[in-house]
Amino acid sequence: MLKDNISYVIKHLKRRKLRSWLTLLGIFIGMAAVVSLISLSEGLEAAIGDQFSSIGADRIMVGSAGAIAGPFSAGLAAAKLTQDDVDVIRKVKGVEFSTGMLSKTTQVIFKKEAAQGFIIGMETDVETTKNIEKVGLWDLGSGRNPKPGAPYEVAIGSTVAENSFDKEVQLRNKIEIMDKEFTVVGIGKGTGTMSDSGIRIPRDTAYDLFEITDEEVSAIVVKTFAGFSAIDVAEDIKHDLRRSRNQKEGEEDFTVETADEVIGSFLQILGVVQALIVGVAAISLVVGGVGISNTMYTAVVERTREIGIMKAIGAKKNTILTIFLFESGFLGITGGAIGAALGFLISKVVEIAAGAALGQDLIRAYVTWQLVAGVLVFSFIFGILAGYFPARKAATMQPVEALRH
Amino acid sequence: MVSETIIELSDVWKIYELGKITVEAVRGISLKVKKGGFLAVMGPSGSGKSTCMNMVGCLDIPSRGEIHLLGQDIAHMTESELAQIRGKTIGFIFQQFNLIGTLTALENVMLPMAFQNIPLAVRKERAKELLTLVGLGDRVNHHPNELSGGQQQRVAIARSLGNNPQVILADEPTGNVDSATGKIILDYLKKLNQEGKTIVMVTHDLAIANQAKRVVHIYDGKIKEETKNE
Repeated sequence: MLKDNISYVIKHLKRRKLRSWLTLLGIFIGMAAVVSLISLSEGLEAAIGDQFSSIGADRIMVGSAGAIAGPFSAGLAAAKLTQDDVDVIRKVKGVEFSTGMLSKTTQVIFKKEAAQGFIIGMETDVETTKNIEKVGLWDLGSGRNPKPGAPYEVAIGSTVAENSFDKEVQLRNKIEIMDKEFTVVGIGKGTGTMSDSGIRIPRDTAYDLFEITDEEVSAIVVKTFAGFSAIDVAEDIKHDLRRSRNQKEGEEDFTVETADEVIGSFLQILGVVQALIVGVAAISLVVGGVGISNTMYTAVVERTREIGIMKAIGAKKNTILTIFLFESGFLGITGGAIGAALGFLISKVVEIAAGAALGQDLIRAYVTWQLVAGVLVFSFIFGILAGYFPARKAATMQPVEALRH
Repeated sequence: MVSETIIELSDVWKIYELGKITVEAVRGISLKVKKGGFLAVMGPSGSGKSTCMNMVGCLDIPSRGEIHLLGQDIAHMTESELAQIRGKTIGFIFQQFNLIGTLTALENVMLPMAFQNIPLAVRKERAKELLTLVGLGDRVNHHPNELSGGQQQRVAIARSLGNNPQVILADEPTGNVDSATGKIILDYLKKLNQEGKTIVMVTHDLAIANQAKRVVHIYDGKIKEETKNE
C-alpha cells in the first residue's frame, strides 16, 4: 500500500506542478533559513569553544568586586586584594600556582612621545613567568623574559609594541615610566587577552614607583592542577577568601572567575541570539505550513469526486486519510530536503565569504547529520500536521455527496 | 429452482432535511433481488431511483426501513464496514465512468484490489486479464483522457470486477455513450449475468431496460409497476 501511495501522490503532485513547487518554496525557504542559521551559529559556538579551550581552561582570575571593567582595571577597585589573599589561595586544594599582580594606568614615554600605558607589576621569578605562559596570559614573541633581580627590565605586549607609539618599539629600546628608564627585553605575541596591551615590569619596582606599601594586588592569577575542575577550585577559593576576609556569602567584595564562566557567559549570549534567529526562521516555517494546509485544502476540494469514487470502490476512511496525510508529509519532507541542501549551501557561501573578508575561520558551516535528520523528520511531521485537517475533511466526506460533486 | 435473495429492501425511506423543507426521496420501497438476477430500475429523474441505488450500493443508508445485502443489515453499519462491504461484494459502474484521471487504465482497475490489500503482483496480473476480457488488452497504459467514452466505460467494467463481486450496480451505464457502444456495454453486462453475477442497473431508456430479466418503475419514490422479461 505504501508503494501505491507514493506513486499516487507523486502523480498528483506532478499534475499540479506549479502549485506543488510554490508550496515547496514556502517550506524550503524557511528550512534553508533554519539550517543555515543553526549551522553557522553552531560553527561559531564550536570555534569559540576551540579557541577558549586551547587556553586558560585551568585558569582562575580573582579580582575586586568593585572593579569596573574586569580584574585588569587599574586603580578603580573599591576593595583591595593583597598578597595575604594570594597566600590564602595558595593553600586551597587543587591550586598549583597563584600570583598577584598590580595594574596601573600611567604615562609612558618612548622617544619623547607620551602615551597612556597599562602597567602590570608582576613577579619575575622563573616559576611565575612559566605559569603565566601556561595559563595563556603571556606568550613571548621575541627577546627574553625580564630576569629576576633586574628592576628596570620590561616586557611589553604586542599591541603596545606595534600601536601605542608612532614608531614601533623594538627590543633594547628604552621607555620611560614615572621618570624611570626601562629597557625592553621582550615583546609578546598576541594572546588575545588584556596582556597584549600591557607593559610588564617587576612587581617590586611597581610598588616603588606607585609608592605602594601594603602589597596591594589588582588581580590574582590562579592555575589549577591537572585533574581538578576549575569551577570546583574557584568555589573553594571563594569559600576560603570569605573566611579570611570575614565576609558572608553573597556579600563578597571580590570576584572569582574561571575561563569556563567567561565562555559560558559568551555562549549564553550566543544562545539568546540563536534562539532569536531560529524564532524568526520558525515564523517563516509556520507561513510555509499554512501554505501546505492551503494547498491541501484546495487539493481536497478539487478531488472531492475522486474521493467519492475511491470510497465507492472500497476505500476506507483511514485509507483516504493516509493518502492525503502522505501527500502533505511528502510536500513537507521534499521541502525540508531542498531547504537543508540550500541552507547548507548558504552557510558554506557565508563561511567562504567571511573567511575572505575577515581572514579567519571563525565562521564555519557546521552541518551535522543530526541537524539534517532532524530537519527531515521535522519537516515530514510538520507537513503531516499541516495536512491533517484537510485530510480529515477528505476522509469524512459522504461518498454520495462527494460523487455528486 | 429456488434461488436465494441477495438484496432485500423492506419499507425503505430516505428523507432529506433541507433547512425547513423535508424531501422524501424514497417512500417505502420494498424489493427483493435474487442471486443471479438482472434487474433494471427505471424512472424519470428525481424519481428516487438513484437514491435507491445508492442505498443498495451501501453508499448511503436509509432514514427508515431495512436493507439486507447478503443477509446483513447495512442500515446499522459503520462507515468502515460499509466501505469493506462495498469493496468486496459490489462492483460499481457509473454513467460518467468515474475513472481517476491521473491513473492509467491498468492502475484504475488495480485500485479496488489495492483497497482490499491484494498483493501488487496479483493485482497487476488480474487487472491485465480483466482489461483483456473487455477488449482493452492493448490499452493498459493509456490514461482515461486518451480513451473513448466506450473504452472508458469498459475500463470501469473491468474495474468493477476486480474483487470478483457478487453484485454489479450500474447507474446509467450507457447514458454517456452512443447506442452502438451502449449495446456493447450491455452485452458485457448480460454476459456477466450469465456467468452468475447479480446485476442491478438504473436507466431511463426502456429499450435498454427491456434487456434485463426484470424491470421496476419508480415514480415519486415508490414502485409503481413491475414487469418480467423472462
